[in-house]
Amino acid sequence: MLNVKGLSFKYKERPVLENIDLDIKKGEIIGILGPNGCGKTTLLKLLNRDLRPESGVVSIDGDDLKDITKRAIAQQIAVVPQSNEIRFAFSVRDIVAMGRMPFLERFQVESSEDMRIVDEAMEKTNITEFADRPINTMSGGERQRVIIARAIAQRPEIILLDEPTLHLDVCHQFEALDLVRQLSKDEQLTVVIVSHDLPMVVKYCDRIVLIHDHKVFALGTPEEVLTPENMRIVFNIEAVMEYDPTLKANSVKILGSTTMRKRAGDGGRSGDHAP
Amino acid sequence: MRRRRTAVVFVALFLILFAFIVLDLTQAFIPLTFSEAFWALFGVGSDTNVYIVQNTNMPRVVMAIFVGAGLGIAGAVMQALFRNPMASPYILGLSSGASLGAAIGLTFTVAWIPSLLLVPLLSFITCMATLFLVYSISHVGGRVPTETLLLAGIAVGSFLSAIVSLLTYMAGDELQDIVYWTMGNLTDVEWENILIVAPLIAAGCMIMISCSRDLNAMMLGGNHAQDLGVEVAKVRVQLLIASALVTAAAVAFVGVIGFVGLVVPHILRIVMGPDNRALLPASLLGGAAFLMMCDYISRVITAQSIGILPIGIVTSLIGAPYFIYLLRRRKSEVGWD
Repeated sequence: MLNVKGLSFKYKERPVLENIDLDIKKGEIIGILGPNGCGKTTLLKLLNRDLRPESGVVSIDGDDLKDITKRAIAQQIAVVPQSNEIRFAFSVRDIVAMGRMPFLERFQVESSEDMRIVDEAMEKTNITEFADRPINTMSGGERQRVIIARAIAQRPEIILLDEPTLHLDVCHQFEALDLVRQLSKDEQLTVVIVSHDLPMVVKYCDRIVLIHDHKVFALGTPEEVLTPENMRIVFNIEAVMEYDPTLKANSVKILGSTTMRKRAGDGGRSGDHAP
Repeated sequence: MRRRRTAVVFVALFLILFAFIVLDLTQAFIPLTFSEAFWALFGVGSDTNVYIVQNTNMPRVVMAIFVGAGLGIAGAVMQALFRNPMASPYILGLSSGASLGAAIGLTFTVAWIPSLLLVPLLSFITCMATLFLVYSISHVGGRVPTETLLLAGIAVGSFLSAIVSLLTYMAGDELQDIVYWTMGNLTDVEWENILIVAPLIAAGCMIMISCSRDLNAMMLGGNHAQDLGVEVAKVRVQLLIASALVTAAAVAFVGVIGFVGLVVPHILRIVMGPDNRALLPASLLGGAAFLMMCDYISRVITAQSIGILPIGIVTSLIGAPYFIYLLRRRKSEVGWD
C-alpha cells in the first residue's frame, strides 16, 4: 500500500532519518514509535509529501509520491496533525466539510452526497451536537475529534495520526482510537500512528516501527519489538511486556528509568535526584 | 442561521449600494432632482442634465463601483492570506508602490506606449515589487508577525510616497494634477479609463473568488491546507498577483484611496464569520457600497465651496480612526494573533 525505500532526510546538514525501509500493508494499524526528537514526525510528513526526501522513494500503490499532485495524495491520505489550534471562527461543520475539498473542482459546491458524508463523519466521532459551534471556542480534545471527523470525511485509504493522544482526556483517547480501529476493521483503512505513548501503541497497533538513532531499530509486532533490551536502549527505561489479566491483553510495565538506576547503583548522591 | 445572516448582509449591501448610486447620480454643481437624473440617464431632459449624468456622473459611479469592489475584496484576501486583521493594500504599502509607477508614467512620456496603458502597467510592476519587498522584510522564520508586517508596510509605503512627492516636485507644471491624484480622486473619470480598469479589476476579483475555498483551508495554518490537497505556494502567488493587479489598476486611475480594504472586510467578517466563499463576494459588494458612500459624502460636504474634496481624504477620515480602534482591541478579539 504505502511503501518506503531508502528514505533519508537532513535538516540543515543534520541527519534526521537515514535509509528507512518500510512496507505498510492495507488495513493494518502501524505505530511509529520512538523518543522525542527521533524523527517520527518528520517520517510522517515524508509519508504525505509535506516534506520532500533527501533521497529515497515513498510510493502509494506503486506511484511515486513526487510524481502525483497534492490533490491526488489528499484523495488517498488524510492527516490528523499534532497541533490543531485554529484561531478563526469556522463552524465545526465548515471544518469537517473541508475533508471534501480534494474531491471538488474550483467552483463546484458540495453536493448533498458530500454533505451526507460530512454528517456521517460527525456522527461517527460524536460531534453532531457541536456542528454549528465555532471551532475556536472548543477544547483541544474536541478540536481533535473535529479534525478526525474531517479525516473520515475525506474517505481516505490511509490515515496518518500524529501524537493522537497528546491533547485528549483519557476517556477521549480511547474513544478516538477505538473509532479509528473500528474503521480500520470495517473499511480496510490503513492507519499510521506516530507516538511516544507506549501503552497506547501496544494496545492499538498491529505492528510497531521503533526508530532510534535516525534508523529503523526494530520492526514487528509489539511483542517482538518491545523487548526489555530494546526499551532500555531506545527509551532508557527498565520495562517489561506482560500479560495483564484485567486487560486480557499484553501491556507494558515501566519499572523506572535506567539513568536513575545507574545513579542509585553508583551508591552516591541519589537523594539529590529524587524523582 | 449563518446562512440566513449571510443572505441578509447581501441584501443590505445591495440596498446601500443602490441608494448611494442614486444619490450620487444627482450630484452636480446645481444638484438634480431624482426624476431629472433618472430621465437624463436615458437621454431625456436638458442637454446639460443629460451631459452631466451620462458623461460625468455615470463614469464616476461605475469607476467607484469597480475600484471599491476591487479594494474591498483585495483587503479581505490579504487579511486571510497573512492571517492578519490589519493587512490591506493601503497599510501594506501596495497603494504607495502602485502610485510610484503611476507617477513615473504620468511624469515621463514614452513615445510608443500611450499613457493610458503605460500608467497602469508601471503601477502594476512597482506594486508587485513593493509587495515582495514588504513580504520579504517582514517574513521571519516561516511566519509573518503582525508587528513587522505593519511596520514594514508603513515604512516602505512612506519611503515610496516620499519618492512620489519628489517626482511631483520635479514635475513642475503638472504638479497640481499629481498632488490631487495622490489624495485619491474620482472626479474627471472618463469612459475610456473604465474600459481599461474594469477588465483588470474583474479579472483580479475572479481569481480571488476562485481561490476562496483554498483560502479557507490556508487560514487554518500549519500544514492543514497542504494536507487537504491545496498547492499552497501556487495559490498564494496567484492571490498576491491578483491583489497587486487590482490595487495597481485602481491606483493608476483614481490615485491612492486608503482604508477601504481594511474597514469593509473587517466589519463583514465580524458579522458573517470567516468563510471566504461568502466573505469575498460580500467584501466586493461592501467595498463598492462604502466607496460610493464616501464619494457622496465628499460631494455633499463640498459641493458649493472650493471644489470637490478628494475621496481619499474621506475614506481616511473614516478608516484611520477605525484602524486605531482595531489596534486597541486586538487582544480581546477572537481569531487573530
